[in-house]
Amino acid sequence: MRQDAFITLAHGSGGRLAAEFIQRRLAPFFPGLGEMDDAAVLRPTGRDIAFTTDSFVVDPLFFPGGDIGRLAVFGTVNDLAVQGAKPSWLSLAVVAPEGLPLDLFDAVVASVAAAAAEAGVSVVTGDTKVVERSGLNGLLLNTAGIGEMIPGVDLSAARIASDDAIIVSGPVGAHEIAVLGQRHGLGFDNIQSDCAQIAGLAGELAGECGAAVKWMRDPTRGGLATVLNELAVAAKATIDISEGLIPLDPAVRDASEILGLDPLYLACEGRFVAVIARSHSEEALKRLRLRPDGAGAALIGAVTDVGSRHPQVRLLTGFGSRRILRYLASDQQPRIC
Amino acid sequence: MKVKTVCLGVPGKIESIDGDIGAARVGAVAVPVNFMLTPEARPGDFVLVHAGFALKVMDSDAVAEALEIFESVAATRVRMDELYIRLDELAKGMPAVALMEVCGTHTVAIARAGIKARLPKNVNLISGPGCPVCVTPVGEIDMAIELALSGRARLVSFGDMLRVPGSNMNLDAARGRGARIDIVYSPRQALALAERGGEEVVFLAVGFETTAPVIAAVVKAAAAMGLDNFSVLVSHRLIPPALDALLSAASLDGLICPGHVSTVIGWAAYDGVAREHKIPCVVAGFEPVDILESIAMLLEARKTGLAGVANQYSRSVSRWGSPLARQAIDEVFDVADGDWRGLGTIKDSALRLRPEFARFDAAARFRLRARRAPEPEGCRCGEILSGRSAPPDCRLFGAACLPERPVGPCMVSSEGACSAAYLYSEAAG
Repeated sequence: MRQDAFITLAHGSGGRLAAEFIQRRLAPFFPGLGEMDDAAVLRPTGRDIAFTTDSFVVDPLFFPGGDIGRLAVFGTVNDLAVQGAKPSWLSLAVVAPEGLPLDLFDAVVASVAAAAAEAGVSVVTGDTKVVERSGLNGLLLNTAGIGEMIPGVDLSAARIASDDAIIVSGPVGAHEIAVLGQRHGLGFDNIQSDCAQIAGLAGELAGECGAAVKWMRDPTRGGLATVLNELAVAAKATIDISEGLIPLDPAVRDASEILGLDPLYLACEGRFVAVIARSHSEEALKRLRLRPDGAGAALIGAVTDVGSRHPQVRLLTGFGSRRILRYLASDQQPRIC
Repeated sequence: MKVKTVCLGVPGKIESIDGDIGAARVGAVAVPVNFMLTPEARPGDFVLVHAGFALKVMDSDAVAEALEIFESVAATRVRMDELYIRLDELAKGMPAVALMEVCGTHTVAIARAGIKARLPKNVNLISGPGCPVCVTPVGEIDMAIELALSGRARLVSFGDMLRVPGSNMNLDAARGRGARIDIVYSPRQALALAERGGEEVVFLAVGFETTAPVIAAVVKAAAAMGLDNFSVLVSHRLIPPALDALLSAASLDGLICPGHVSTVIGWAAYDGVAREHKIPCVVAGFEPVDILESIAMLLEARKTGLAGVANQYSRSVSRWGSPLARQAIDEVFDVADGDWRGLGTIKDSALRLRPEFARFDAAARFRLRARRAPEPEGCRCGEILSGRSAPPDCRLFGAACLPERPVGPCMVSSEGACSAAYLYSEAAG
């Protein structure tokens, strides 16, 4: 194997090798980097801006339906989208361990570029660091993102009222199952991560339904159950949902059963949950379902008892019993029994 | 309708077999399966799959028939409603009865389906010791942590062991301090790590008779491959001796016996317990309908005064179980006395590697000894595991002891009685 096929500490040293590395392996993918000054200069149109950041690690780096590059772009883009913003600019920081194969690095960078194009955002500033091999397994990506608020959108938990409808934009849990299946060599051939940008879908909902959309969030770590608990706390309300209405791909359901996991707690990377005024819920659902990326959207329940001192999520089970759906205690792992 | 997260034994329909390796379809997904323990299996058969291994060829007609009910919400609810009515009739005028569901998977299924709330008032379900993670004594967990921290081996484990508290920390915290610990779905993955060479790989072998044959198969495979860097830290426990010990101390009116343990050992394995303690036993499947049918069978037995073993889960369990799975256990392990959290030392209730497989014994290889360690202060897991207390009886339950900050093991494992009681509590209103 060629000696220059791997990342070395010199690639992150700030010397000539590092400059070459950035020019050859990063700059061609990201025209938004421009002149490579010390900071990017942005020209917002004058609307309020939303600003967020997130860091990403995943094992394995490539999984069915996605990879760490797509995760890093969509994770930040989606956080902006559920805040009611149209994502525009991203930063990208890559922390790589020495010894990482360069073609793996290149593949991730290409994936970041493709995902950014898909989401309509421009990577305008970046950084790479190389750390000693012992310090990191795989890769760490960080993105920060800036977007402009969509006019007419007014997202605030304080506006949530009893009888508001709760909509989820598509089937839940596929991302985490795809990653776990790959990690444990189960190769679920019909499960792909749901990893995708939701800015288009969420933007259309927010744009069309305006103030009727009261709250949005993407159910990443901890899954749907965790986001609904966050909603209950934010709105000081009881959230009532029905198990039978939650969209769930049968393959994800059965794979969860094999691994001993509860799909309601599995991370999604391309879904959002929205609270919508009852008067607009049917219209909103219809609009979502007209788009291919919203075809699986479903109304899963309602907000009740706003002002409650005991916020909680209640799940009406398929057996007709009603139980409390709690926060995730810790990451789920394959179990023995 | 199926209860999700039910249990790690799932029926799979075989799609292909090539030697020991093949694939089975579990509902809508295909998974790789090792058929070492079921050489008679053929494509189209249903097998019970646990941790990547087929444990037994099931009664395919019965499975197909059962799946038809479980996959239909309407059919399940109709059947459940019929059974609730039947239970009310049976329990009418009966003195209070205490039935124990031995297996943690049953505990979770009961909680998830909200069964307790709809049972007749005089029928009480008590959770038993059937949670492997819960009954593993602190000393054995400390031993695994000590080995992992020493850096002498890479420890490989099922996910539910990571957060069980040891005396000073859990395996998760040990990992934070640099210990190499991998979580796997199947012990085959540990074997694959060992095959790569270059480091010692130790599998943390907890579990009952369901898991023991899988570990036995892996140890036999390691022996056949001549691997000299693979070993297992054996903490297996056996169910029938524990039931015998438990019934000597507690008074119960019936046992719901574990379905997947019984798939391996057969329903006849409870004959001794039933006769000795004059108690009816029913081996049950894991769907809510299965559990309700089993309760009805136990109430009927109570009415007629008959003690003995009945088999509700005939689609998976036979009289003698899975011959090759049992044989694999016998080939690789001897029985030994074992410590159980909450139940103390029970004669012949544990497994240890036979002399010819002694080189795979991680405890001997790394000179580890389990020391007795005190239970966490205030924790009543011991009483809960033996059916003497219910989770809400513990002062720590839901207060100092929560799934995110567990004090005792019954709150850690998702099959633990405390976790099930906490996570699946009935909502008011």
